[in-house]
Amino acid sequence: MRRSIAAALGVAGGMLAGAAFIRRQGASRERADLYFEDGSMLSLTNGSPGAERLLPLAREVIRNARAR
Amino acid sequence: MDAQQALADLTEISSQIEAAVVFDDQGKVAGSTIPHGDRADELAKAAAALLAAAEEVKTGESVLTQLEVSTGEGSVFAVRDGKTSIAATTGGNPTAGLVFYDLKSALRSVKPAAKSAPAKKKTAARKPATRKKPDAS
Repeated sequence: MRRSIAAALGVAGGMLAGAAFIRRQGASRERADLYFEDGSMLSLTNGSPGAERLLPLAREVIRNARAR
Repeated sequence: MDAQQALADLTEISSQIEAAVVFDDQGKVAGSTIPHGDRADELAKAAAALLAAAEEVKTGESVLTQLEVSTGEGSVFAVRDGKTSIAATTGGNPTAGLVFYDLKSALRSVKPAAKSAPAKKKTAARKPATRKKPDAS
């Protein structure tokens, strides 16, 4: 009985930790998605040269928008 | 519709949008949710710089029409139609499809006002057709 409760708690804890990890990963993923007239799309993830160029500019836009 | 009115409608419809600005290809602000003129100009300039940098990043020949840049601080969306662009900022994890839809709708409602300068030529009202009565003879 005690063993099964411990196992259930372990599984639940693992699921919570996994969910938190996935959520954190998703939140910290920075990227730029560009959409073109012909329907094509270019996704630049953090670390690529294009994203390295666009991310600071986007941060500047956000700072300008939030400045009081 | 006036750009300022379109932006007021946009922020009323979309709770995800924190700030938005409509500007032309010269960076001239047509409307903004930010009350201070200087800050709206700076926001438009920063958004125009982002669009210009994105144009340089692209690999193909096709024209860039919209973009979303997600950062740890929030996201920036921009939609471009000809010489007019709209840019908006949101918090983290926005519903991109909805934000793009709302921005496109706002931009569409702004565009006709810019295009309405050459007035349509009025055509003369048509006279009601009179039916000839058949001859009694």
